[in-house]
Amino acid sequence: MSEFQPKIVAFVCNWCTYAGADLTGTSRMKYSPQVSIIRFPCTGRIDFMLLLKAFANGADGIIVSGCHPNDCHYTSGNFHARRRWILFRGLLDFMGIDTRRIEFSWISAAEGAKWAQLVNTTAENIRKLGPFANYEKLRHQGVS
Amino acid sequence: MKTGFYPGCSMKGSAREYSESLLAVAAALGRELPEIPDWNCCGATAAHNLNQDLSLALPARILAAAEKDGMDEVLVPCAACYSRLSVTRYELLQDEDLRQKISGLIETNYRGSAKVLNIIEWLTSIPDLETKIKAPFARRVACYYGCLLVRPAGILKFDRPEEPQSMDQLLKKIGATPLDWAFKTECCGAGFSVSRTDLVAKLSGLILDDAVARGAEAVIVACPMCHLNLDLRRPQIEKRAGKKINIPVIYITQALGLALGIAPKKLGLQRHTVAVKFSQSTEGAANVAQSSGSKTLPGEK
Amino acid sequence: MARIGVFICHCGENISATVDVQKVAAAAARIPGVAHSVDYKYMCSDPGQQMIKNAIKEKNLTGVVVAACSPRMHEPTFRRACAEAGLNPFLCEMANIREHCSWVHEKSDATTNKAIDLVRMMIEKVKKSKALLPIKVPVTKTALVLGGGIAGIQASLDIANTGHQVILVEKEPSIGGHMSQLSETFPTLDCSQCILTPRMVEVAQHPNITLYSYAELESLEGFIGNFKARIRKKARSLDEKLCTGCGLCIQKCPAKKIPSEFDANMGIRTAIYVPFPQAIPNKPVIDRGHCTYYLKGKCRLCEKICPTQAIRFDQEDEIIAVDVGAVVLATGFDIKHGDFFPEYGYGKYKDIIDGLQFERLASASGPTLGEIRRPSDGKIPETVVFVACAGSRDPAKGIEYCSKICCMYTAKHAMLYKHKVHEGKPYVFYMDIRAGGKMYEEFVRRAMEEDGVQYIRGRVSRIYERNGKLIVKGADTLLGARPMEIQADMVVLATAGVANAGAEELAQKVHISYDAYYFYSEAHPKLRPVETNTAGIFLAGACQAPKDIPESVAQASAAASKVAALFSQAELIREPLIAVVDRSAPPLYSTCVGCFLCQSSCPYQAIEKEEIRGRDGQLIKTVAKVNPGLCQGCGTCVALCRSKSIDIQGFSHEQVYSEVLALLNRRESDV
Repeated sequence: MSEFQPKIVAFVCNWCTYAGADLTGTSRMKYSPQVSIIRFPCTGRIDFMLLLKAFANGADGIIVSGCHPNDCHYTSGNFHARRRWILFRGLLDFMGIDTRRIEFSWISAAEGAKWAQLVNTTAENIRKLGPFANYEKLRHQGVS
Repeated sequence: MKTGFYPGCSMKGSAREYSESLLAVAAALGRELPEIPDWNCCGATAAHNLNQDLSLALPARILAAAEKDGMDEVLVPCAACYSRLSVTRYELLQDEDLRQKISGLIETNYRGSAKVLNIIEWLTSIPDLETKIKAPFARRVACYYGCLLVRPAGILKFDRPEEPQSMDQLLKKIGATPLDWAFKTECCGAGFSVSRTDLVAKLSGLILDDAVARGAEAVIVACPMCHLNLDLRRPQIEKRAGKKINIPVIYITQALGLALGIAPKKLGLQRHTVAVKFSQSTEGAANVAQSSGSKTLPGEK
Repeated sequence: MARIGVFICHCGENISATVDVQKVAAAAARIPGVAHSVDYKYMCSDPGQQMIKNAIKEKNLTGVVVAACSPRMHEPTFRRACAEAGLNPFLCEMANIREHCSWVHEKSDATTNKAIDLVRMMIEKVKKSKALLPIKVPVTKTALVLGGGIAGIQASLDIANTGHQVILVEKEPSIGGHMSQLSETFPTLDCSQCILTPRMVEVAQHPNITLYSYAELESLEGFIGNFKARIRKKARSLDEKLCTGCGLCIQKCPAKKIPSEFDANMGIRTAIYVPFPQAIPNKPVIDRGHCTYYLKGKCRLCEKICPTQAIRFDQEDEIIAVDVGAVVLATGFDIKHGDFFPEYGYGKYKDIIDGLQFERLASASGPTLGEIRRPSDGKIPETVVFVACAGSRDPAKGIEYCSKICCMYTAKHAMLYKHKVHEGKPYVFYMDIRAGGKMYEEFVRRAMEEDGVQYIRGRVSRIYERNGKLIVKGADTLLGARPMEIQADMVVLATAGVANAGAEELAQKVHISYDAYYFYSEAHPKLRPVETNTAGIFLAGACQAPKDIPESVAQASAAASKVAALFSQAELIREPLIAVVDRSAPPLYSTCVGCFLCQSSCPYQAIEKEEIRGRDGQLIKTVAKVNPGLCQGCGTCVALCRSKSIDIQGFSHEQVYSEVLALLNRRESDV
């Protein structure tokens, strides 16, 4: 029996976390291949409906990561993202989605090692939580 | 908050006065210190030199027994036992596989919930200690931390490893004048006490030399090994130095006990090799050069 | 009908070692809408780029996906290639299968499948991409240089000599920086001020340089070519136009015992002061924190005796607004102070000093007029111990890096001491000797062999005082870790080079990245050492990392050349990856309801109100409009908009939703 391999989508900002993940690559640090990155100019661009879209299409876990507060390349995008996240978390909980399936973090362009660590830890956590089967229910409720 | 007590082997033997003074102080402060039921030797230096599993299993059994007894934290006055128990807790909480293996060896699931406290942490946690002082211990003291109270710094995360202050702060609270001196964490010779007493005579001699030169009236310790090398080995130290060195070495609990007004006999002061006597004059720190400049120290030309 | 071209790069072996590139190309070929799918060893090479151009023309491609390294590396390369072949560059995207895939995973099916996922994701994105035209903006040909040390001075002179205006801002009352505090510089033992002051004078006299000293950056807005800076000119309490620099006020000032920052607290100054005699500008400043008038309301002696009545006690800070096109950060560094070495007694014993303090002792214009004397009693020390690596290369002290310059200046200090105290005994405790520059190794050898400096390889474990001597305990590891104990009269610690206090705040003001030690991040550690990730902002000198004078000067000139390149263009071409509010036919005109939540959230004030009027001039609705010159493309407004009326080119709703769907929905034909 093959071990469950979670599918995790990472929504990251171009200036910090994407660059940090590039650094992880340049440094040849290894991490779990379960996570794929989608690039955004800023975490402020991330419409949180996209996260629901991801769950509805088979994502078992999600990572959202951007610049540290005060370091946003566009000054305040990450503050908006953070505020959105706080509200969204309550909504997810209300909808019955296990909030442990989403990791929200700040990773800078210099923090290649931290990205690798985050990916590995998240992959392990999601693996333990198991596949996110609820998305089928969400699909029927018209989120797709 | 239930605080347990792990005496360890030396507290029942060569460091009896440490135990006596600790229990007398606890009683005077209205603190209960129930011993961990069915406790065993922590393994000390022997275990971790011979067998890694054994060196973790012995402390784990102790802490598991404490957890089972509902203890939230455990006071470990002996610095060596404190080190072994702290390192074991740290290692097993870091490595889940190791924790399971050792739990298997001791046939108990060790959870790691009980915190490990050293004597200074425990004494510092007692609220309003100053208000209970009956006879301020107005002496100039050199606080000797030894090696195991503050190292390894990454695991114990207690005080500053190179220039600790916690014991000094405590002594200040009980009315003493802790001196700034250079040998707070220098090696006393440790386990070479038996196999290479000559090294202990040299290293412990350097420690006492600096304390005396700074004008200390006593060296305060919080570890039976420190006490043994600085006190019991005094004849060898004096022989090597070619002179008498009278400075007494007392446990922190004994100093506190005196300040709380407990009789010296109840604190075991008579058990020391070096008589615990103080001169009558209490000239205080004014005469003692503390820091910068080229002033000479009292007694030096 | 989409006709996408997919190009999978091997990148030599960098990608092909762990990703089955042929399989990826084959899988891509089976995706509907893909008209061309190949793999090749080096896509970024000339033949590789030619392949793309040929395919665009031959297969009439409507979009291109290059699966290779990070777009941060080669997106411009491939977009340019597409443009040259007649395909709009914004119809080209890159799938990052190197930094984010081949380099971080082991060779396995999972790795190849992930690469296929990433390629599929970008194919679907490109299907929704639109052709975009670049935006042209004017460039303000004035540079702002922050920091007037040697790096800032060099950068200012170089830019000014290209004929462009420079505004140089220095926070201290005088330019010169740390170099002006040094006595002699390695490896030539040139007198530091002698080689620096002519440059300082050149800056003061250059017609293209405007110097604001005793000033700091208050705020920076805008973007490359179009920055708006506000500079806070702190109040000197002096009318600079009237002051002649005669120095009478300084002579007469009664508040004389203030520790001098320029002398690293080894000497004193007055409340009204000039930091050093060769200061530029040579005009004093009143230290309001120590001046008797400001503290107690008395004195005013300087005002009375000033022959030109230049003193202005009620002067206030002035904010100056300037428009600049580029910013060079040359704010320098500091050395670590404080109680981080309690075992060395640093801060406890007066005769334990740091490198900068030793420079001031050795300096002919310093507090001891160049004689090496102990701070405690003024005696000349007979034995001096120099401790290298005091804090650097030490994870336990929180600084893992090497501070680069200390091996050299420690050798220099030991030599200077020996030159001045012929019978003196200098010792150096070191871990390694790092002397990699030109003539550097020879310099250190000279210290050891000619000047008799005793080098001991080992760390110092403790320094304490006994009988008026500083006992330095260390070990000689070349003699089998033999314990060493030296009775010193003075100890000099080569403390770590660290970022300036305020470095973090400044970086946040100008929106650049910095690392864990608050040194500023370069765009690429190897190939782009003077640029930051923020377009238009450049780095010079030790604010990027500890470095010596020749490197600082080289970097400053490099930054200046980048600025000159920027200013050599008539106008700047901006990428059109900006937000746009939708417009449609009447009667709707736009789905925007005019709530202007976007306007309040835009950090660049790039959103304006637009009135839509009917043919008769009647106001129909007021909607949002994005100023294409100001929008930076963050997309915050896009996520915020309740009616989804604003979208961002390059990361549009459709594109991003396609990416999510494509990433997660693996096709049967993919495996």
